[in-house]
Amino acid sequence: MKKLMNDPERIVSSFLDGLVAANGTLIQRLEGTDVIVRRSSPPQKVGLVSGGGSGHEPAHAGYVGKGMLDAAVAGEVFTSPGADQFFAAIQAADQGEGVLLLIKNYNGDVMNGEMAQEMAEAEGIKTEMVIINDDVAVNDPDQRRGIAGTVLVQKITGALAETGASLQDAKRIAEKTVSRVRSMSVALTPCTLPAVAQPSFDLAEDEMEVGIGIHGERGMDRREVASSEKTAQLLLESVLKEIPSAAPLALLINGMGSTPLMEQHVFANDVIKQLDRDIQHTYVGDYMTSLDMAGVSLTLLAVDDELSSYLQAPVHTVQWTQC
Amino acid sequence: MNNEQAAQWMRQTAKMLAEHKDELSKLDQAVGDGDHGVNMERGFRAVMEGLDEWQDLALSQLMQKIGSTLVSNVGGASGPLYGTAFMRLGSAWKEVDHVDGPAWVSGMAKAVEGIAQRGKTQAGEGTLLDVWSPVAAMFDENEPDWKKIEDTAKKGMKETENMVVKKGRGALLGEETVGHVDPGAVSSFYLFQALANTMNEGGG
Repeated sequence: MKKLMNDPERIVSSFLDGLVAANGTLIQRLEGTDVIVRRSSPPQKVGLVSGGGSGHEPAHAGYVGKGMLDAAVAGEVFTSPGADQFFAAIQAADQGEGVLLLIKNYNGDVMNGEMAQEMAEAEGIKTEMVIINDDVAVNDPDQRRGIAGTVLVQKITGALAETGASLQDAKRIAEKTVSRVRSMSVALTPCTLPAVAQPSFDLAEDEMEVGIGIHGERGMDRREVASSEKTAQLLLESVLKEIPSAAPLALLINGMGSTPLMEQHVFANDVIKQLDRDIQHTYVGDYMTSLDMAGVSLTLLAVDDELSSYLQAPVHTVQWTQC
Repeated sequence: MNNEQAAQWMRQTAKMLAEHKDELSKLDQAVGDGDHGVNMERGFRAVMEGLDEWQDLALSQLMQKIGSTLVSNVGGASGPLYGTAFMRLGSAWKEVDHVDGPAWVSGMAKAVEGIAQRGKTQAGEGTLLDVWSPVAAMFDENEPDWKKIEDTAKKGMKETENMVVKKGRGALLGEETVGHVDPGAVSSFYLFQALANTMNEGGG
């Protein structure tokens, strides 16, 4: 394993320091925590907090800023942060209007989020939690993981929150987006955890793993590696099945960490050619990665005018900036 | 069990988890994301670091401190589960400065209830509860038989090998999890083995 790092045990902390050092006008680190907060928020705004294990950069700290998150919590690599870290983020994000937690559907994240909510409620901070479960590789909706679709939920909810909406309204639009967003991924190579120093699973040269999550956990199906065209067809089929409505779509092609933009666009082209639907928004890039895994995920969101307008709203964060 | 024995229990657990860190991570790789050993070692190392500072606390407060330290430092799903278990021991032992048979019964019952609530799980689903639950049932009004407690923990751990995991990342693999011991059950076994060792050394 070759990685550019110092102490593997301190890699998350060093990463956060670097992110702040490079983007100090936009974000700061909450002292004594692994929480990244926005430098300035409009007054009386509902707080938007997300977080989870690290290793998915730019998620989530890269999305802290105007029009998206107020605070992001970074756990150890692929490990949910503790409840006290989520609680610190909630306290930092609260302006008296309450805080919405956007949590990916993993047991650790949900449990720590719930404990943090209990701590916040005890302090008199109103909180709500929306659980994101866009991964159609898993059949049981209760077990479905949150993957790249999470970023679209954060974008849309963040845009609404920026307008001074209430906690309940923020919760409503987050739930609406969750109900209409679906994703699926494929890995060409596994990833390597800095502290474990070996690949998360073995994958032969001629194999790909379909339906992987974002934590190096194994996928649902292993098969012979296919062309971009065929892979696009495979993922599209699974995701489209779960988007029954004929609504226009937002399309997100997400790199898993070490897939070059060239390949991501080759794949995007194949998806767009095969997708015989009205695509209103297209995003291609590394949005929710899995360390150094090679592969892509495909996310479709059935939009309406409301969701569309919030996707188009201005945003200014480290990773996502549009006027 | 008195305060000093509780501290000794934690030191033993920390030592055993550090020794078995790689084994636990490897077990986790088969059904999850492979960091259970790293996380548990980190959590109990933090508990060790706190122990000197907590030596004058009441037993109940000591358990609360251990619980919140585990939540903060283990992270993931294991942090809230282990953390909740110790916090429940703390709340069960408010009036207790020496844990005897009846106190073990009430404490362990509350710990098991806490794990089940927090994890929305029950025994038989291939989790650490499959160790905690039978162990809790082994305590009665009498002074505990530590050999029996340890054997029960071991048996519970081994039985997770035959279970289809219904919770956590392992749940996504379904039937494939049969044949794999649950890493949380293994770390729980070490926890109770450390308890048995401590109590045998201290003569109950």
